[in-house]
Amino acid sequence: MTEPLVGATLLPLAIVVPLLWAVLTLVRPRRRPTWLVLPGLVSWLAICAGLWWQTSRHGVLTHVLGAWPEPLGIALRADGLGSTMALLTSVIGSACALYRLWTPMDADTLGAQHWFWPLFFMFGAALNAVWLAADLFNMYVGLELLGLSAVGLVAISGGANALAAALRYLLAALLGSLAYLLGVALLYAAYGSLALSSIAAVATPNTITYVALALITAGLCLKTALFPLHAWLPPAHAVSLSPVSALMSALVVKASFVMLLRIMMDVGVSIVTPSLAQGLGALGAGAIAWGGWQALRHADLKMLVAHSTVAQIGYLFVGMALLLGGSAPELAWDGLMLQLVAHALAKSAMFLAAGTLIAAVGSYRVADLAGVSRHTPMALFAFGLAGVSLMGLPPSGGFSAKWLLLQSALASGQWHWAVALIGGGALTAGYIFRVLGASFKQGTGDTFESTPFGWDVVALLLALSSIVVGVVATGPLAVLRIGAPLAGATS
Amino acid sequence: MSTELWYALVGVVLVAVSFGAFMAHTHLFRRLLAFNIMGTGCFLILVGLAQHERAPDPIPQALVLTGIVVAVASTALALILLRRWFAATGRTTLPEEDDA
Repeated sequence: MTEPLVGATLLPLAIVVPLLWAVLTLVRPRRRPTWLVLPGLVSWLAICAGLWWQTSRHGVLTHVLGAWPEPLGIALRADGLGSTMALLTSVIGSACALYRLWTPMDADTLGAQHWFWPLFFMFGAALNAVWLAADLFNMYVGLELLGLSAVGLVAISGGANALAAALRYLLAALLGSLAYLLGVALLYAAYGSLALSSIAAVATPNTITYVALALITAGLCLKTALFPLHAWLPPAHAVSLSPVSALMSALVVKASFVMLLRIMMDVGVSIVTPSLAQGLGALGAGAIAWGGWQALRHADLKMLVAHSTVAQIGYLFVGMALLLGGSAPELAWDGLMLQLVAHALAKSAMFLAAGTLIAAVGSYRVADLAGVSRHTPMALFAFGLAGVSLMGLPPSGGFSAKWLLLQSALASGQWHWAVALIGGGALTAGYIFRVLGASFKQGTGDTFESTPFGWDVVALLLALSSIVVGVVATGPLAVLRIGAPLAGATS
Repeated sequence: MSTELWYALVGVVLVAVSFGAFMAHTHLFRRLLAFNIMGTGCFLILVGLAQHERAPDPIPQALVLTGIVVAVASTALALILLRRWFAATGRTTLPEEDDA
């Protein structure tokens, strides 16, 4: 191997260390888990930051576990996208963990707390396994582990609603993974390989490849909650504990999207016709319109934020359409990458801030927020800042992402995507100002609960970083291009 | 027709039938059973189709073993959630499917 040794050994550590803490927190449940959890968070952050740094300096890193050669052995690979998503996961994961640690525990939430930390760290390990997987089957295993831990995290918030949401989510996730697995089986039968690069080298547009890609796309779109397969997402994201909602919306849907992106860019790019790419983009535009419209009319604050996720996923698929079927794929790639990062930061900030607002007013309803602006201004400020990024106002990360996508759409002469991008921004502004408007109304009474100061700090930091990432976008974007399968993307 | 291709075809039939059952039924336990049969069909396709017209291949077998572990884990989780849901509400279907 030509890569520096230290960088490559970080790859398995990025999965093993969170897994170790999952076991530790399982066998040593604590009433006050702070000192058990913090070292785990710090080492997780350090490993992912190291991985990102190594990738940015030395390019793509690979590691073959136990020196067993592919295809029987397990290979891990960190390109720019993989290591950036791993770093993003550790940052957002740690922020949500701190939010959770600052949550005052009363007797009836203690039962859930026992299961939270093992599931949380398992979730981190599974996400890293997806980001760093080098072949189709390891992606499948990572995605399944992620699905199981995410369903568990939804279910522990307790209550019948949470159980129903978790069951609905689990059924959708299982169906999605089986469709994906079936597609992988067909690809393996046709090409005798599971590694994306070797399939890409020999793949031809024939029936079996089309069926396989269709199954994989359908399964992963179901897991990404692309409109019209999104029905499981809003209830699952809305009933969860706030840090869990934040993790789910910011990261879980991105895992299956990144898998689909990798498969499309490697294998699909020579197979997918422009009309199919336009079809995916049209579903994305549908998601932007439907998610935005639903967010405008929901009375429940967390349902509003969850539908906003449905809409923001739409942008990802519009970006994918431009990447596969446009004439400016580099711009589309940069915009797509920035949208992945900026939405993850902004949406996690927004869910955490929404959780604080809900705790302050003691109600889930947007209408009950009246007067909260005077009581918890910082949480509302964080909500607004995250909203700025989601709407795509300069200088936020969301703005730069949408600007790049817009430029790519115009350079390709595909004006219809520009309409979707701008219309989506207007809808977003509508539902963000709906929340802000309700909060600035004069309240009838002053019966607000006080909320931990740490909650505000965490949400505000995430919201600020979603803005800052737009200002300093060139650095991360350069790393995100490392190992990107862009060379064959011109059509 | 080789034996392997026959396995794969049976797998296709199993997947098709169980997908129909998964969509048609509202009873959660039936849907879980349908998922398990669908998984078995997938594994048959994975092993059968890959070895059709080729020498015996250890990789699909290793994949299927992993797949079975994943399927057992998912089934266990689904059963726990299902029992909790039944204990909490006395229902065997999801709330939106009551009238179905």
